[in-house]
Amino acid sequence: MGKTLFDKVWDAHVVKSLVGDIDVLYIDRHLIHEVTSPQAFSELEKRGLSLFRKEKMVATPDHNIPTKDQHLPIKEALSRHQVDTLLANCEKHNVELYGLGHPFQGIVHVIGPELGITLPGRTMVCGDSHTSTHGAFGAVAFGIGTSQVAQVMASQCLLQSRPKTMRVTVDGELNKGVLAKDIILYIIAQLTAAGGTGYFIEYAGSTIERLSMEARMTICNMSIEMGARGGMIAPDQTTFDYIQGREFAPKGEAFESAVEYWKTLHTDADAVFDKEYHFDATDIEPMITYGTNPGMGIKITKAVPSHLGEGSVESYNKSLDYMGFKPGESLLGKPINHVFIGSCTNSRIEDLRIVADYVKGKKKAENVSAMIVPGSKQVEKQAIAEGLDQVLLEAGFELREPGCSACLGMNEDKVPTGEYCVSTSNRNFEGRQGPGARTLLASPLVAAVTAIEGRIVDITKHLN
Amino acid sequence: MDKFEKVVSTAVPLAIEDIDTDQIIPARFLKATSREGFGDNLFRDWRYNPDNTPKADFVLNNPSYMGEILVSGRNFGCGSSREHAAWSLYDYGFKVIVSSFFADIFKGNALNNGLLPVQVSETFLKALLDAITANPTTKISVDLAAQKIRFNDLEESFEVNPYKKECLINGYDDIDYLVNLKDEIAAYESASVVI
Repeated sequence: MGKTLFDKVWDAHVVKSLVGDIDVLYIDRHLIHEVTSPQAFSELEKRGLSLFRKEKMVATPDHNIPTKDQHLPIKEALSRHQVDTLLANCEKHNVELYGLGHPFQGIVHVIGPELGITLPGRTMVCGDSHTSTHGAFGAVAFGIGTSQVAQVMASQCLLQSRPKTMRVTVDGELNKGVLAKDIILYIIAQLTAAGGTGYFIEYAGSTIERLSMEARMTICNMSIEMGARGGMIAPDQTTFDYIQGREFAPKGEAFESAVEYWKTLHTDADAVFDKEYHFDATDIEPMITYGTNPGMGIKITKAVPSHLGEGSVESYNKSLDYMGFKPGESLLGKPINHVFIGSCTNSRIEDLRIVADYVKGKKKAENVSAMIVPGSKQVEKQAIAEGLDQVLLEAGFELREPGCSACLGMNEDKVPTGEYCVSTSNRNFEGRQGPGARTLLASPLVAAVTAIEGRIVDITKHLN
Repeated sequence: MDKFEKVVSTAVPLAIEDIDTDQIIPARFLKATSREGFGDNLFRDWRYNPDNTPKADFVLNNPSYMGEILVSGRNFGCGSSREHAAWSLYDYGFKVIVSSFFADIFKGNALNNGLLPVQVSETFLKALLDAITANPTTKISVDLAAQKIRFNDLEESFEVNPYKKECLINGYDDIDYLVNLKDEIAAYESASVVI
């Protein structure tokens, strides 16, 4: 029987198998940031261990950093201390670090791909659940806890139970105004916030194959929002073209021979998945979430459901109470005061271009504060080179410096209690963008239209 | 890691589904660089008002419900991979979390910190929640060696990976195991075709 893409990559990394379905899995690249690494470094030191393969690690601060005045010291003492701890640990252990001010600094899941660190067939981990992003290249990439960060530091390996496999196939032409974010919000709404738990997902089908690398990253990024260990897409010419010429990607003959190997990384025709789903792209419309987990999403023109198919009414109502919505009501016309465009889901140059293209020559509504945060210094540089910064400025948007920003409220960028934010980030949990903040997840295009209109609208009526 | 021993305790019912790790420990409390002290901020925004007074209607503030076992709705621990969630539950005093379904990364983090996730059937979970809500002095027994959870006259078996079970019972962790494999790992590296 044939193998799935996941099986091929996983099997190539098994150092040995233990009884009880646990494998010693070799990790090709370990990305670290300031939040989930300090206790791992301490653990290592406590045990008198050193880094086993420091050359396979890359570090950058992203969660705690301000998105204004990055040349100045970080104001908030605890954030500064955590970032300084990363710097000190990297210096002490000789780990490659892209700190503030470095041209490669950025959100860890944005810089991996853009630097050519993320490659097909690799295993990659990071103490951050959105590590699933890197699966867009045909890598097996997943988030880990801090104890596991220490394990990888100590041995370059992890003890992992082998997940089950799932294939989600999307075929057909996308409707007007539908982006990758809508595709993944639609899939999560269909499968629920726990629908992928225990699985590694492969996204396939003609719709996925036509997507750019950046769009594929958006899809894989949110695999964790349905509980999946990770998501992945078979590498193809789009992947190889994206990788070629990037800073740390193989060059010349090494690249050619890598491509030959990467071409073998696809699911065999006779491979069997533990679970399969098929969706028709024409069923997908611009999406928005109304609740407090990413599975609570609807087509922007539809009403808030009276109840979800599973789960208790109490938990569902608790969620709607937090958001200030009622079952059966439409979100159209709801005034919105905050728009956040950024995060590891949607802060790449393509996202910024989509927003700039829509807002060009328009002005944001007066009731809205619109913040757009590039995912990395390189994205920021390119946005400026393309003149996107001027377009955004003239439309009343604030283009900040790179970082995780208002995705999770660890730095100064927060949404005030009780206020609504249409956000391109990945999570709408209670308090995610600050205590009491109400987050509505959407695509960069929905976010851009919302900023101009100052309320939620059927965006398809606002497109040319 | 501490050794996990048999737990016989009353329990705290938290019958909410899809509890994400942002609720267990909000992001603003992740700025510490050590593992200690997270219990104070466990369920911070559900437990305290913005002025830091306890919310009377939250179960951790109800003195009737105490114990080393937390019983929760399905899909416990979804969302962020932050291990701080497991640390805060353990630091607060929980040794066991019972639910009908756990998120993957949370489950792994819990097991790596001596906190046992016990996955039970929906039927058993409902009966357990009903029993402890009606009678907070109900004693629940969690026997890892036998892989059984019991209360009143009900009993259910639960699954646990044999390797993780051995680690919990003996207080070992994965690093102890992995650092002894260095020669095998180096041999894998020499033979690997992946770039």
